[in-house]
Amino acid sequence: MMQTPDPQLLFDLKVAEEQRIEPKDWMPEPYRRTLIRQISQHAHSEIVGMLPEGNWITRAPSLRRKAVLLAKVQDEAGHGLYLYSAAETLGVSREQMIADLHSGKAKYSSIFNYPTLSWADMGAIGWLVDGAAIMNQVPLCRTSYGPYARAMVRICKEESFHQRQGYEIMMTLAKGSQEQKAMAQDALNRWWWPVLMMFGPKDDESPNTAQSMQWKIKRFSNDELRQKFVDATVPQAEYLDLTIPDPDLKWNEARGHYDFGAINWEEFWEVVKGNGPCNRQRLEARQKAHAEGEWVREAAMAYAKKRVMSYEL
Amino acid sequence: MFDTKTYSSEVNQALCDYLLRLADSSLILGHRLSEWCGHGPILEQDIAMSNLALDLIGQARNWYQLAAQQAGLGQTEDDLAYLRDAPQYRNVLLVEQPNGDFGQTVMRQFLFDAYHYYLLQKLGQSADENIAAIAQKSLKEVTYHLKWSSEWVIRLGDGTEESQRRIQTALNNLWEFTGELSKPDQTDEILHAAGLVPDLRKIQADWQNRVLSVLTEATLQIPTRTWMQKGGKEGIHTEHLGYILAEMQFLQRAYPDCEW
Repeated sequence: MMQTPDPQLLFDLKVAEEQRIEPKDWMPEPYRRTLIRQISQHAHSEIVGMLPEGNWITRAPSLRRKAVLLAKVQDEAGHGLYLYSAAETLGVSREQMIADLHSGKAKYSSIFNYPTLSWADMGAIGWLVDGAAIMNQVPLCRTSYGPYARAMVRICKEESFHQRQGYEIMMTLAKGSQEQKAMAQDALNRWWWPVLMMFGPKDDESPNTAQSMQWKIKRFSNDELRQKFVDATVPQAEYLDLTIPDPDLKWNEARGHYDFGAINWEEFWEVVKGNGPCNRQRLEARQKAHAEGEWVREAAMAYAKKRVMSYEL
Repeated sequence: MFDTKTYSSEVNQALCDYLLRLADSSLILGHRLSEWCGHGPILEQDIAMSNLALDLIGQARNWYQLAAQQAGLGQTEDDLAYLRDAPQYRNVLLVEQPNGDFGQTVMRQFLFDAYHYYLLQKLGQSADENIAAIAQKSLKEVTYHLKWSSEWVIRLGDGTEESQRRIQTALNNLWEFTGELSKPDQTDEILHAAGLVPDLRKIQADWQNRVLSVLTEATLQIPTRTWMQKGGKEGIHTEHLGYILAEMQFLQRAYPDCEW
């Protein structure tokens, strides 16, 4: 008779051989918990991330911009849906995840706790925030958990379109009137540092990185991705003729990378703790939408119990 | 670019006015729906309302482009959307009413969709090929809108006690704005005589049948009040439109003559 193989061994082997772990496969409990935390955080970031950009849909300056921005924010809702579904394959319900978001137990990306103060912020978010998200997310298309990797393939395609539309807004403003150009520079000034913080704490202060890399959930460290982002973004800012608000930013020939100034980690941790400019407003908006939708969800359930909807025109 | 036909000045003027009515109603309703984005009661319905909004904004753009070209004054879709004030807007009053709760949004959508659906069906047969083409394309989208809003009216009407109370209240509040949908005025008459647009009275009958059948299935009471508000088609609006435009047009007004 064959011996039952040790499930941990099988799991380790699969990860080492770059095979995907699927929902029905055995997996170590901490791996499952790490994934639930990471995927649900990612889903929440998509949903909360709708708010800062949603803030400008009704004020978009042309019909084309309005339609594109609305479609973009709608894509984020779609990303939230796939990601909640991917997390559900790990045995947690969407309801539970949303309850954890609303109670403050689950986190979302801190970048969405910053306000959108002008139209140029729609450009800066697409260019920088989505650009940083792509840096983080492209490696996730090869992450070891199958449903997450597949969701990310779809999401990354849409994100690169989002980044282009953001950069295009910045280009239009940068070559527009003096006021438009000032608007673009102001947006870059306000978003630059928070965007660098999106990659997370420095490697030596990131408690989960080593384990996540071993599980091949994560492929690059926070500092590696942050450097990659700076290197890619500096020439894009130069092309726009905008100034990155960092006096220490300069090309380091020896390293083959840009050096950049110190990040204000105190601000980072304060925003994580809930003290960012919009933490309270973002959470309240989500709680309010959920509470005000309760009667709608109840009615839909009550109707579904009575009969199947089949209205034909 | 459209290959536009030449009409007598009377017909052309009426036509431009009519095209603005179609465009403005779609834009303002699309704008209202877009206010929900990120705040919907269920993620799937948040996405659905953005879809409706995107369809309507797309339709508005088509109608504006045709209106601009038909008027021949060198205007763009954005000039028409962003640089006219409320008295120049020609949308029906129904679409500018606030979102309220989800029930009010659903009911507003349903009452408009039922009208929009039959109107586009008939406009799809217009003697003007541009009108017919835009209407046929829009009808495909609006068929889905009407299905969506009918289903939600039924679900909320026949759901819980609370949902029925809310959707009934919405119906009672919005009913007075349904009269002008299918009440013809001089613009309608001129264009109907020219074979370009349908007789609104015929649409009235279809609209009524559809509305009655859905409201009955939804176990709702048809309001008995018969006095109807009007004015949107002539540019006399409710107080809400001014705020919508103040928000929508802000950048174009604050920084004139810019590319965005």
